[in-house]
Amino acid sequence: MPAVSKGDGMRGLAVFISDIRNCKSKEAEIKRINKELANIRSKFKGDKALDGYSKKKYVCKLLFIFLLGHDIDFGHMEAVNLLSSNKYTEKQIGYLFISVLVNSNSELIRLINNAIKNDLSSRNPTFMCLALHCIANVGSREMAEAFASEIPRILVAGDTMDSVKQSAALCLLRLYKTSPDLVLMGEWTSRVVHLLNDQHMGVVTAAISLITCLSQKNPDEFKTCVSLAVSRLSRIVSSASTDLQDYTYYFVPAPWLSCKLLRLLQCYPPPEDGAVKGRLVECLETILNKAQEPPKSKKVQHSNAKNAILFEAISLIIHYDSEPNLLVRACNQLGQFLQHRETNLRYLALESMCTLASSEFSHEAVKTHIETVINALKTERDVSVRQRAADLLYAMCDRSNAKQIVAEMLSYLETADYSIREEMVLKVAILAEKYAVDYSWYVDTILNLIRIAGDYVSEEVWYRVIQIVINRDDVQGYAAKTVFEALQAPACHENMVKVGGYILGEFGNLIAGDPRSSPLVQFNLLHSKFHLCSVPTRALLLSAYIKFINLFPETKATIQEVLRCDSQIRNSDVELQQRAVEYLKLSSIASTDVLATVLEEMPPFPERESSILAKLKKKKGPGAVSVTELEDNKREGGELNGGGDRGPDTAAMAASNASTPSPSADLLGIRSAAPVGAPPASTGSLLVDVFSEAGPAAPSAAVNDDGFLSSAPPSEDPAPPLSEADELLNKFVCKNNGVLFENQLLQIGIKSEYRQNLGRMYLFYGNKTSVQFASFTTTVSCPGDLQSHILFVPLCSETKPSNRITQWKAITSSLSP
Amino acid sequence: TRRSCMSAKCKKILQIRFILIQNRAGKTRLAKWYMQFDDDEKQKLIEEVHAVVTVRDAKHTNFVEFRNFKIIYRRYAGLYFCICVDVTDNNLAYLEGIHNFVEVLNEYFHNVCELDLVFNFYKVYTVVDEMFLAGEIRETSQTKVLKQLLMLQSLE
Repeated sequence: MPAVSKGDGMRGLAVFISDIRNCKSKEAEIKRINKELANIRSKFKGDKALDGYSKKKYVCKLLFIFLLGHDIDFGHMEAVNLLSSNKYTEKQIGYLFISVLVNSNSELIRLINNAIKNDLSSRNPTFMCLALHCIANVGSREMAEAFASEIPRILVAGDTMDSVKQSAALCLLRLYKTSPDLVLMGEWTSRVVHLLNDQHMGVVTAAISLITCLSQKNPDEFKTCVSLAVSRLSRIVSSASTDLQDYTYYFVPAPWLSCKLLRLLQCYPPPEDGAVKGRLVECLETILNKAQEPPKSKKVQHSNAKNAILFEAISLIIHYDSEPNLLVRACNQLGQFLQHRETNLRYLALESMCTLASSEFSHEAVKTHIETVINALKTERDVSVRQRAADLLYAMCDRSNAKQIVAEMLSYLETADYSIREEMVLKVAILAEKYAVDYSWYVDTILNLIRIAGDYVSEEVWYRVIQIVINRDDVQGYAAKTVFEALQAPACHENMVKVGGYILGEFGNLIAGDPRSSPLVQFNLLHSKFHLCSVPTRALLLSAYIKFINLFPETKATIQEVLRCDSQIRNSDVELQQRAVEYLKLSSIASTDVLATVLEEMPPFPERESSILAKLKKKKGPGAVSVTELEDNKREGGELNGGGDRGPDTAAMAASNASTPSPSADLLGIRSAAPVGAPPASTGSLLVDVFSEAGPAAPSAAVNDDGFLSSAPPSEDPAPPLSEADELLNKFVCKNNGVLFENQLLQIGIKSEYRQNLGRMYLFYGNKTSVQFASFTTTVSCPGDLQSHILFVPLCSETKPSNRITQWKAITSSLSP
Repeated sequence: TRRSCMSAKCKKILQIRFILIQNRAGKTRLAKWYMQFDDDEKQKLIEEVHAVVTVRDAKHTNFVEFRNFKIIYRRYAGLYFCICVDVTDNNLAYLEGIHNFVEVLNEYFHNVCELDLVFNFYKVYTVVDEMFLAGEIRETSQTKVLKQLLMLQSLE
């Protein structure tokens, strides 16, 4: 039986609602509603002024109709009129209507604000609360302008009733959130903090929310709240269950207030005052102890309330990250929850442990639960719980358990929800790279990723595996072999074809000796996938084919045949057509040397941060989870630096730039692992013996045994671009010797001497390639007048074999001063 | 401190985004919004929430990710009580916040049923505003709330 009281029966409303519910169809409902709307309209327009009760009833009916989903375009005036009634029930309906159907008519706004003003100054707590609730619910700019200075006064005035203070605190909170510029700090702020000591727990509950918000924007102004909050929390936590009677919920004292206090404390660093800190630590220990005590009630409400406090306390412990004992205890407690029969608790424990994993104090403790977490990953029935388990595995991963965790994540991936696959792929790729000691494991892992979840393997992931294989000699053969085998699967993912095509194109020669993976076999394997692939993959394959022609001349005829056919050279896609045509031509006219040079093995990639990490952060957003990565990197950075002080700067920077890659670019250690058999050549090393004033600082390191050209890979000694060549020239203003020009094939050096009107200049040409220059000639051109003053004498015209200075020519010149 | 960047709680203002009471068929019995949405968005949200919670059963948790937020919900007979909060908010605190609210309704309406919420819809808002305001928990003592509600009920 619906509860109706004597005051506001509103029988007409009940009848109307019954009528609507009894309508058999949507049309009947609309008909009934329209009938009522017409009735109300006429009543509102009528000559007779409606009494308060009727107005209230009709406005309430309009509200009901609106909440059913129908538009209401009248009734606002009548609702506003109700505000000036001195009857609570009428006021309440009026306020409710205007809070739900917010109207931006300026006249109405003015009237509403007027009514609110009257109620606020009425000294009637019931009316004051109605007004405050309206402001809190609507929170418009106009209301903020009208009342932002009034509310703080009400809040801290000595004679304000408790319930009004509660409402005023939260009303002020709303105004502060929507119009912070209008809520000015003032005298009231210190008094607001002292509301934490109020004897009315409801007032404290409301005030705390306000203080939490204010202190985030003005931490210094409100920092006195910390010690007050600790005292309050301490009193609650140590209270007997009979103390806080009204606020004890299923034998738990003030659970929501405790949670709010713990949350407020998370806005500040640990208290500096030793006594306060000691008290707080004691509090936290008590909370942890209570979790171990037998429960006072079997009801789930009791355990939920208790655990709500526990989880918030653990959050605070993690936030401080300074009490190892507490962190370990927290971890152990969560560990127990991992196997609790309630799914909620298992979920929350997994989630909370994730953040514990990145603290150095609790990382090891978290790792002890790896088997339980793996089991959760396999057996939990709620996918969100499985996902937390996967997140935790990622967070607890380090060198000691990387292989195990990556294996588990891969097997999870096979059956994972599609919505989380991309993120899982990124995470596995990051872990595999970060913790690879044996890079063949890394290659296997990525190829497995492609096999299991190819669609979700983004470009960043397979680019990265290529980069790593290119940069690491030791894994190239393994990669070629593994990719070759993977391609033999009947249905292999297109990403596999891309990776396979690229790797075989570069390193297919490493497995070509085995008849099972001979060049033609490799080619046929790749080409068998060709027609199944999209345009970008086909383009990549064409490049692989031309590389094959270079690597395996015996395949040239076969491949040219393929390139020659109409479907390639007349392909409708411009890129494919161009490649086919150009590669075909290149294979026909280029000499083997040129072909070899053009299709030389890819040089190692320069060191760069992992774009995969950046992509993961972008995906997750700069939020809590991505910070796990930051923590990983910081920890990694810490390890590299001998675990020293990470410093707040890195943390702050990392936090504020959540989307930028890790500052620790050396994450992979690729530079240290790259083939540095030959030390980098410095520019003048080539001709160092020619110049008596020795060249640059490290010639001995740079030069090989016979003192000449060092066999540095071209990429580490790049050709200076044109601007640098100009620079080289300019230095001869004050120097007589040095390198005049250099590129990948040739280095030209000058040595000159001058005495009064005589000058002598030697030009030296160094062959940097490993092949002999044929038909090498030089010409020197002199501008205008100079010609007559210069005598050219070729001193030597022999070409000598590679890696040596092949010829040098001296020019003597005589210059008049 | 190094950890201070970890607390997303410090960086964002956490609050309740909305409270919904819906029946299994999708009819809304209460919708209380604590942030600005226009009418179309509200309708969309209501439909989405309904879709998300009604497919869950006992093996699921009482928490579900929802857009950039999360929903804490519990089913009472034919009604789903849903609170939408921020991702880093305290799940269990709000789960019991819901229960506390339901116990008050139950006491106030003497073994509340769905029909009570329909016929007394305007009173339900009063109960809500006693316990939640401006996206925060306002009052948690059932004794105090009921005392206030009974007092208000006696007023003309």
